[in-house]
Amino acid sequence: MKLSLRIWRQPDADTPGKMVSYEIDDVSEDASFLEMLDVLNERLIAEGEDPVAFDHDCREGICGACSLMIDGQAHGPQAATTTCQLHMRKFKDGDQIDVEPWRAGAFPVIKDLVVDRTAFDRIIQAGGYISAPTGTAPDAHAVPVPKQDADAAFSAAACIGCGACVAACPNGSGMLFMGAKVAHLGLMPQGQPERHTRVLGMVAAHDEAGFGGCTNTGECAAACPKEIGLDVIGRLNRDFRKAAARAA
Amino acid sequence: MSTDLQTRTAAQPGERARAPQGPWRSNIGLKIIMAVSGILLVLFIIAHMAGNLHVFEGREEMNAYAAGLRSFGEPLLPHESFLWIMRIGLIAAALAHIWSAVVLTRRAMVARPVRYASRKPARGESRHAVATMRWGAIVIVLFVVWHLLDLTWRTVNPVKDIHDAYGAVLATFSPERWPVTVFYLLALVALGFHLRHGIWSAVQTISGPNTKWRGRTQAISLAVAVVVVAGFAIVPLAVTFELVS
Amino acid sequence: MSTDFYREGEPIADTKAPAGPISERWEKRRFSGRLVNPANRRKLRVIVVGTGLAGASAAATLGELGYRVANYCFQDSARRAHSIAAQGGINAAKNYRNDGDSVHRLFYDTVKGGDFRSRESNVHRLAEVSTEIIDQCVAQGVPFAREYGGLLDNRSFGGAQVSRTFYARGQTGQQLLLGAYQALQRQVAAGTVDLHTRHEMLELVIADGKARGIVVRDLVTGEISTEIADAVVLATGGYGNVFFLSTNAKGCNVTASWRAHRKGAYFANPCYTQIHPTCIPQSGEHQSKLTLMSESLRNDGRVWVPKRRGDDRAPGDIPEAERDYYLERRYPAFGNLVPRDIASRAAKMVCDEGRGVGPGGLGVYLDFADAIKRLGKKAVEAKYGNLFDMYERITGENPYERPMRIYPAVHYTMGGLWVDYDLSSNIPGLFVTGEANFSDHGANRLGASALMQGLSDGYFVLPNTISDYLADGPFEPLGEDHEAVVAARKEVDDRIAFFLNNDGDRTVDSFHRELGKIMWEYCGMERTDEGLRKAIGLIRGLKDEFYRRVKVTGKAEELNQQLEKAGRVADFFELGELMCIDALHRTESCGGHFRAESQTEDGEAKRDDEHFSYVAAWEYGEDAPVLHKEALEFEYVKPTQRSYK
Ligand SMILES: Cc1cc2nc3c(=O)[nH]c(=O)nc-3n(C[C@H](O)[C@H](O)[C@H](O)COP(=O)(O)OP(=O)(O)OC[C@H]3O[C@@H](n4cnc5c(N)ncnc54)[C@H](O)[C@@H]3O)c2cc1C
Ligand code: HEM
Ligand code: SF4
Ligand code: FES
Repeated sequence: MKLSLRIWRQPDADTPGKMVSYEIDDVSEDASFLEMLDVLNERLIAEGEDPVAFDHDCREGICGACSLMIDGQAHGPQAATTTCQLHMRKFKDGDQIDVEPWRAGAFPVIKDLVVDRTAFDRIIQAGGYISAPTGTAPDAHAVPVPKQDADAAFSAAACIGCGACVAACPNGSGMLFMGAKVAHLGLMPQGQPERHTRVLGMVAAHDEAGFGGCTNTGECAAACPKEIGLDVIGRLNRDFRKAAARAA
Repeated sequence: MSTDLQTRTAAQPGERARAPQGPWRSNIGLKIIMAVSGILLVLFIIAHMAGNLHVFEGREEMNAYAAGLRSFGEPLLPHESFLWIMRIGLIAAALAHIWSAVVLTRRAMVARPVRYASRKPARGESRHAVATMRWGAIVIVLFVVWHLLDLTWRTVNPVKDIHDAYGAVLATFSPERWPVTVFYLLALVALGFHLRHGIWSAVQTISGPNTKWRGRTQAISLAVAVVVVAGFAIVPLAVTFELVS
Repeated sequence: MSTDFYREGEPIADTKAPAGPISERWEKRRFSGRLVNPANRRKLRVIVVGTGLAGASAAATLGELGYRVANYCFQDSARRAHSIAAQGGINAAKNYRNDGDSVHRLFYDTVKGGDFRSRESNVHRLAEVSTEIIDQCVAQGVPFAREYGGLLDNRSFGGAQVSRTFYARGQTGQQLLLGAYQALQRQVAAGTVDLHTRHEMLELVIADGKARGIVVRDLVTGEISTEIADAVVLATGGYGNVFFLSTNAKGCNVTASWRAHRKGAYFANPCYTQIHPTCIPQSGEHQSKLTLMSESLRNDGRVWVPKRRGDDRAPGDIPEAERDYYLERRYPAFGNLVPRDIASRAAKMVCDEGRGVGPGGLGVYLDFADAIKRLGKKAVEAKYGNLFDMYERITGENPYERPMRIYPAVHYTMGGLWVDYDLSSNIPGLFVTGEANFSDHGANRLGASALMQGLSDGYFVLPNTISDYLADGPFEPLGEDHEAVVAARKEVDDRIAFFLNNDGDRTVDSFHRELGKIMWEYCGMERTDEGLRKAIGLIRGLKDEFYRRVKVTGKAEELNQQLEKAGRVADFFELGELMCIDALHRTESCGGHFRAESQTEDGEAKRDDEHFSYVAAWEYGEDAPVLHKEALEFEYVKPTQRSYK
């Protein structure tokens, strides 16, 4: 099929970017969205132009590296699907497709479609872990965990840290990402001792990074490729309220 | 354990928890302030709406109710003291609500410094909120100002007698002043949307229900919003169409 | 022998593993190894390259111990290392099922599974440590699957007769990596680990015979810098991407290992590659990677192809009598559950006969119709729903209605840098962990054992063994102007300048694709003397062309993904050649290395223990590599020929 693409091109963080149009022919329906961009890039290089830079690695929907705002939707039109798993059969011949980077103050653009998501790492550094130094662990069966809790914790822990939630959120908020981690660790008995300090630390790091606040519109959950739900934000709010009340 | 690892270092919890500002100034902290103040406003609005329905009982009843508000608790409490406690609480809630709203809105604007060139309609659970909460809030502010000038201070109301609430209501919504009624209804629609999202949003912010209860809260929100809008709208409509006179 | 391609050098041996009963060796080694006192650890700097399971666990643990750690990865976050993609699970000899498992049995299964080409001491240690890994991960909050009683669930994986695989739905690697990543981030916050993401190691610095540092490129700014330390740990993963198409992440590469190899580190058993039988087949030329479908699918799915060649009817229209359930037919005892290498080769065989299905005839059916009839669609959905959805997303076909198409793909590389029992390479101060080393899997890795090895190396083995080396430190400081540093930097600068200035006309990917095809054709599932010789010639020719014609756009001082790729592909060329030479010299078949010349009458791999019971450790040579043999001895598990009939 034939497509017209409009892609955000920005040479580096300090130079203003703009949308640039490209026409591309003979796109296979079976290609993934990133493979379509690969084909475009091969052509650009052959023409001596700078290829489009974008983040990707596993191309299996698990590493969270790929991003892309496709036609105004984070990871494109297909629900529960990362950009790397989105296939061109979801588009029609002749479509015009806009491709932009995640846009958030906390995720500055590095080049073209590549953004800096280290703010997420800083949130984890501020408490998104359980302190269990190597070698100190009791036997794995010492603490049973009810299956429902383990399953719920897993569902929250499935977050791939892609940042689609931030990109989709009208307020550029990282609450879904943060809530997923708070819920995961807070649902495990091992996570209880640090539950209060964790949430206060993470929230502080989140705000400091420049993410906005949550208005519960649910855009994040709708964009999340791992279908993390708004309940994790509820848990985050609850844990925060209790922790803040205790700290006061 | 078979491995013998000794010195362990880790961040101190105290250090980690040090927020740039105190926890209540964080995004979630402000949001809780907004939610609590919002809920107070909701309670007020519901009471206000119920009070308005006195119109249908006639001039005496309505004015007696208004006077009752002023003399509530007398002689235990001085005249109008209850009303003033309510007013101060209301003003505090409104200020807290507006202040937190403004701070969070500004932070949200900083958090998305560059707009998307391409945008699809929202697809989230509360998708209408994206467009209606902040714009609606401005309509509500304008309305509240008008409302105070009109029915509280009577600056723009032909009936200047503070004790004649009934007369003031009839005057303001009289058929020839139909634009006032239209504006009132418009503000109500904004309020309705504000409540439809605001109520469940406040519950989510304060207590974080699970998925099942979140669904129920959303349904309750919608129901309350409909009741409140209907309850308020019926008064001006009845006056404008001269069902009450 | 094909001595025109290589020279043979002195044999080598692992000098670190203690003698004595195998179950006491690790205990003994830990006791005999010297310790570094806690106050001194602060003065010792360790570089860890890689943030996968092997790297993140090592960096976090070394940080906890009080060493000063510098940790690198090329992704934008440590959490995205390729370990994140592992699906199936992680083995541990917990015997929670009371089904007869034990450290000894896991040891035995691993040695046997590796087709008797691994070191007994290492494998035994791996089995011993396996239980602690699970404890550690649970303490970190890894949400493993549990039973209703709240205890951990286990499953049997890859044909094992005991249930010893721990798992977190189909995302075990993700959950384990996040555990290690979080422990790492905790150390970053504590200031013991300096983490550098989007940095790529491009050269190793060796001074006075010791590994003392690395040269890295900041992938955002293009800045080249040197990091000096007392020891360097490479945890840089596997090199399956030499085949271009593999189940590995796009960024996986051999550069770190290869640069170390060129500086003197031996590369062991490069030809041992694992081909996974259940991957989604290639759909066209645009294909950029292959996606693994969990092996667990073979528990309920039945593999078949049409009996008649060129039968292009829709699968539903082919009657039972005209289908060939070839695995069930050839291996009645194990059926669809035969080990990976056998299943892969069998698929290739039927496709070579012209009976393959789907585009290019490169695929076989994995059919769930019987399972759906037997268990109901609901049950099948509960078990495999996620995988079916993934299949549908990629192929656009609904596997509930139409059998899946699968084909083998390169999945894992058993070979890697040679290390001794301490995980030290032959260069003092250079340690190698995880998939990047060659150590524990012999010629074939068992399912769910790579995660085990990565974490064993990183959490428990390396932090203990490295202290014996660091006890001699801190070593003399090296300045930026030290000749070794200057030379290493210059090599990097020159290479970058070459690519950017080359007046070429072909993209890096086009070369990589072509190299991959050569490797897959001649050094893939089945290798022959003739094919390998041909491949070496083709690779050399293509490599020449690469240096003449490769075109890299952009500048050095910016995010330049073409430049990154060019360096990686350049190293893949050299590695590919060495893989072919290794495969050519090993005229036996073993594990993932199948030489057509060495097979039993019914087409099974035939080992040659008399001549090949050794590790082939290759030393880099400008004109030809030098082979050092490390003889393998089997005191506890006597080599037998595998049989799955
Ligand atoms: C699809 C798939 C499924 C799998 N499923 C299983 C399973 O179920 N069970 C199992 O046991 N195993 C499984 N494996 C194998 C297992 O995942 C890997 O062998 C293992 O995770 C490798 O871990 P690692 O830490 O050694 O390397 P990796 O996780 O690959 O990490 C390599 C690290 O090195 C860094 N790096 C590499 N080169 C450089 C450089 N030059 N400069 C700087 N940094 C560099 C990378 O950034 C990365 O952080 C699977 C593999 C695949 C591909
Ligand atoms: C006076 C003018 C008002 C302004 C400026 C205002 C502004 C806002 C804003 C900006 C929000 C956040 C919107 C979002 O989350 O997207 C909000 C939420 C809310 N408002 Fe108002 N509002 C006003 C009046 C009211 C009134 C009259 C009520 C009650 C009847 C009310 C009840 C609420 C509630 C319950 C919330 C939800 C709090 C939460 O999300 O946690 N507001 N308001
Ligand atoms: S919560 Fe969902 S959208 Fe947000 S980072 Fe995690 S996986 Fe991505
Ligand atoms: S590239 Fe890994 S999730 Fe898309």
